[in-house]
Parts: sequence; C-alpha cells; structure tokens
Amino acid sequence: METKKTIRVLIAKIGLDGHDVGAKVLIFWLRDQGMEVIYTGLRQSVEQVVEVALQEAVDVIGVSILSGSHVSISRKLMKRIRERELGDVLVLFGGTIPKDDIAVLKGIGVQGVFPSHAKLEEISAFIQQNVKHGE
Amino acid sequence: MAKKASETEVRPVVSILGTPVQCFYGPEDLPDFDYKEKLNDPGEYPFTRGVYPTMYRSALWTMRQYSGQSTPDSTNERFKYLLKNGQTGLSLAFDLPTQIGLDSDMPLAEDDVGKLGVAVDSLEDFERIFDGISLDQISTSFTINATAPIILAMYVLVAQKQGVEPKKLRGTIQNDILKEYIARGTWIFPPEPSIKLVGDLVEYCNKEIPRFNAISVSGTHILEYGANTMQSVALAISIAEVYIGEVLKRGSHIDQIAPLFSFHLPIGGRDFNFFEDIARLRAARRYWARLMKEKYGAQDKRSLQFRFSTGGMGGGLTAEQPLNNIARATIYAMAAVFSGTRSLNLACYDEVYAIPSDLAIRTSLRVQQILAFETGVADVVDPLGGSYYVEKLTDEMEAKIGETVADIEKDGGIVKMIESGAIQRELARQSYALQKKISSGGKVLVGVNKFKVKEEERDLEIYKTDPETINRQLQRLKAVKASRDQGKVEGALKELEAAAGRGDNIIPYLFEPLTEKATVGEIIDTLKKVYGTFKEPTTI
Repeated sequence: METKKTIRVLIAKIGLDGHDVGAKVLIFWLRDQGMEVIYTGLRQSVEQVVEVALQEAVDVIGVSILSGSHVSISRKLMKRIRERELGDVLVLFGGTIPKDDIAVLKGIGVQGVFPSHAKLEEISAFIQQNVKHGE
Repeated sequence: MAKKASETEVRPVVSILGTPVQCFYGPEDLPDFDYKEKLNDPGEYPFTRGVYPTMYRSALWTMRQYSGQSTPDSTNERFKYLLKNGQTGLSLAFDLPTQIGLDSDMPLAEDDVGKLGVAVDSLEDFERIFDGISLDQISTSFTINATAPIILAMYVLVAQKQGVEPKKLRGTIQNDILKEYIARGTWIFPPEPSIKLVGDLVEYCNKEIPRFNAISVSGTHILEYGANTMQSVALAISIAEVYIGEVLKRGSHIDQIAPLFSFHLPIGGRDFNFFEDIARLRAARRYWARLMKEKYGAQDKRSLQFRFSTGGMGGGLTAEQPLNNIARATIYAMAAVFSGTRSLNLACYDEVYAIPSDLAIRTSLRVQQILAFETGVADVVDPLGGSYYVEKLTDEMEAKIGETVADIEKDGGIVKMIESGAIQRELARQSYALQKKISSGGKVLVGVNKFKVKEEERDLEIYKTDPETINRQLQRLKAVKASRDQGKVEGALKELEAAAGRGDNIIPYLFEPLTEKATVGEIIDTLKKVYGTFKEPTTI
C-alpha cells in the first residue's frame, strides 16, 4: 500500500486587502485535517505567489480576497500559472464573492470558489477530492 | 439562595467572561451598591449612565452610514443623496491604495482602485468629493489611518478654499494605526514612527482644529478579528494609552489632549449578547473615567468622559436568508442606543455580498430612524440602569477590562505584542474556535446552522463598481501631474523629508506639497525614506 502523500497548500493574500482572519481560520482548519499549509502574508503580487508555489511544490493555491478584486486578480493568476507551467495546481478563491461572480471565476479557470459563508468542511472536502499529486 | 439551587434543572448559560449566568438577579447580587459611586446621574462622574445629562432628549445620536466609492464625483453624488435623505453626518470610506499610500497608477494598486471606497490621489480629488457641501455645516468622519495626516491636511485646505476657518471644522478622523497591525492590515511604516504620526495629528488638532476628534480608537476591527466583546474594549483602551503616552511626552497636559480622544466600538457581531454588549460599554465609561482621574490626574470633566460611536457589526450578519440581517441590525442598533452611543453606523443586510446598495443603506438608516422616532427607546437616559442583572454584568465587565489591560502591560505592552504577532495569533485562534462552535452547532446562527431553508439565495440588487473607475482616475491623475510645476513639488517634498528627519511635527509641512499637487503616493514615499516600512510577522 502506498502511503498517502501529505497535501501541501499555499494560502495567499493577493492585492492590498488586509483582512486575513478568514485566511488564518482556514489555515488552522486545514492543518487540523493533516495538510501542510504555508501562508504568504499580506500584499503579495501574483508573480510572488506563483514563485512561492513553485518553490514549495504546493498542490493547492488558496487565494483570499475580500476587497472585490477577485475577478481581475484571478485572470492574472491563471495566466501566470500557465506561463510558469504550474498546470496541476488546484486553485481556490475565497472571500467576499457575489453569487454572480462564481461562474465568472470558474470560467477563468479557478476550480473552487468559496464565498465567505462557505463551510470549512466544504473547502477541505473539495481539496481532498480534487487535488492532483505531482505524479 | 434558593433560586440558585433550582437552576441545576435549567439550560446552562455562560457569559462571554466564562461566568455562569443565573436565571434572574436580585438585590443580593449587588451588595453594598452605592448609587453615587457606581452610577451617579448621567453626565456626572464616573459617567456610567452616559457622558451627558440629557443625552437623546437634547440631541439624537448621529446617524451616519459609511459610504464612499469609486471616484470623487460618484462619492459626491452619494453624499448629496444621503444628506437629502436626512442623514446628519458624513462618513468617508477610502479605497485601499489611498489607505496605504499608493497612487492609482502605482504597481499593485491597479486591482483595488475605487473598490472599497473613494480613490484620492491628489488634493483635486478631495475638492471634488466635497464640491457643493459647506464644511462648516456638516461633520465628517474619515476612516483613515496610515495616511490620516495627509487626509486631514487636505480637509483643512478644502475648508480654506471654501472660506471656512479650520477652527469651525467638526468631525472625526480614525487615526488609530495600532489596530491596523492587528486586524485590518493598512499599515505602512513600523509601529514606532506610526505612533509618532498619530501624536502629530492629535497635537495639531489640539492647537488648530479643537472641535475635531483627532482620534477614534477602534475596537470594531479587533472584534471582527476574533476578540470577544470585552476584549474589543480592553484592547482599544490599551492602544489609547500608547497614544496618550506619545502626546504626554511632548509636554502636553492630560486635560489638553484627553478630550480629543473618542472611540469607535463594536456592537453586535458573531458573539453578540444584548445585555453583555450594553454592560461592557457602560463599564468602559466608568473604567475610563477612573483611569483618567486616578492614573493620569485628569481634572477637566471632558477628559473623563468616554465618548464613543458604535459600528453595528457586519461580522454577525449572514449570507443565508439576508433579509434576516435587518432584524439583527435592528437589535444591534437598539443595544447601541441603550449603551448611550453618540453616533451609529449600522451594517447593511447585503454587506456579506458586496458594498451596500442604495436600498440597503437606506434601510439601515430607516432602522435608526424608526428607533429614534417611533419606539420611545431614546426618551429616557440609560433605561437599563439599576437593573440587577445589568449592574452586576457591568461590574464584572469593568473588572475584566482592568484585568485584561493589566495582563497586556505585564506581557510587555500592546506594541510589543503586535510586533511579535502574539496578539494577532491569539485572536485568530479565538476566531477559529468560534467558527468551529458554529460548525458544530454549539452556537446557533439562524438560517446557517438552524432553521435553514433550501431555496434561500434571493437575488439581491448588489452594488457594482463601475469598471471605468480606474481609467477615469488615471486620466485625472495624469492631468494633475501634467499641470504642476515639478520643481516646486520636489522642493516641497524635500522640506517635508527634512522635517520628518528632524522629528518635527510633520502636519504643517504637508500643506505645501499638497498645494503644489504632490500625490498621496509621493508624500508617503518621501516619508518612507525616513521611517522605513513595516515587516509583517507571518508565522501562524
């Protein structure tokens, strides 16, 4: 039996939004589910986040945005992920995201969208079901 | 104590402080209760019942809905709309680039221009926001911190242009940077020079704009970050003491500066408890009055008065069945009024989704108006005063606030705890614990973990930012830059840099660069050369 690989997650704050308690709550939760979680801190650029994701070989990038900038930031992030050939990474967005924007984000290529009222259990279950490990 | 024995049979309830809550309270819960010492009449020391003798019988609380969006012109429109609808004060929200000192054309700003509030790049933007609004007729509240000195200087310049003397300006500027390191993240410089800037603004207002609240120490964001209702007050008081220390060391007397301090405190939120929220605000008034008198030797009555506005917290509102939020907000508003708030900004029912729509803002304002004019709750000062339960709770809250403030002091003070990230970690953990309690159903949230409905998402009319905002803002900024004398801008910025280097109060040195059309970003970059930037602790 192969042992299950530990899922590695990068939680990122992209842009200027400084509300990060939701991100931290999620970090605690994912760690309690046995995942390894890295936090970028505030005010990261898309480029910085993608480089950290590469260096740390993460399986998941979770972006937390409460400032309403999720659409433009997701476009830049997905483009950068393609450029840097990070194809297998699972990308999630969470935060203050209006219902109508969920489909927009999915159209851009974000796999999981979790508005602020999403349950922690939903997020971890989504990661476990959809994550692709390197091999 | 018969009633306590019978309570073994009933549903157990524990207060936010961890103490068991009885089924009812009576005289034995308040032994040796001395009215004069504990309460006294409203407007009398220790001000437990209110800072003014007649409160809402003389003047209702200020009904102020937070607003400000996209461009200066659309903010100006909304201000006029709110004034027309009977609002009595303005409250201005800034976009994130303005809050952290980036111009709309700077890297990293692009995605956030005009999103959470209005974009202000130069003095011209500020003039547009207040176009046609006489600054001597209104009071304005500015939610701004790291760039507060610049915003205040702009307000003074706009007033002068209108022919209004700065001495006549009324309003409040948040100017509370320390809570930004804990909760909201709009810091620029490290804590030490940031505290110095807070002091600069307080000192300047004291001399030049005495009717302006130079600081509004905020517990609201701390509550949203995970603090409980008592901690949100205790931490705000600890932070206020840091600023007081900063101004006192410049030679001011406590009675010159304490009257300039006001607080913005949360009511509601995930942990809301009607009576506890009220009791801890009554307790805060008493605690502050005693602190100012006994620790700082204040004598002026105004130094002893703990004046606060309240924010009805969006954190307690739910995305599920959003109209339920109107009921929640109403109860928050009622608690705020029973607490003796001087001003109330009430969260809107659609806030979980986006910036509030016109309808949602108007509804929050109507809630306040219904309370004020239809219900009688504003007729008698401190109507809960003398309630066995509320007085007992108030005593407990006051003791716990004191203990919490002392503990922070023992741990090296609030600034140290912020720099190390200790306080942020602790509050985030509390937030996690509360979230787990909601997930497990241990804490009921109607519509979320109980009384759920299937088809719950109604289509709300949601406010959308105009996608053209950034282009308009960029064009205007370009025009401003093209129309100025670059040499004069640079000269004025050099003067500012020198003043900051000498450790002078920088406020007087902001007028020249602003008049020469220097941008917010250029001013902040100049100050960064002297003060450096904050390195955020990211270990969780």
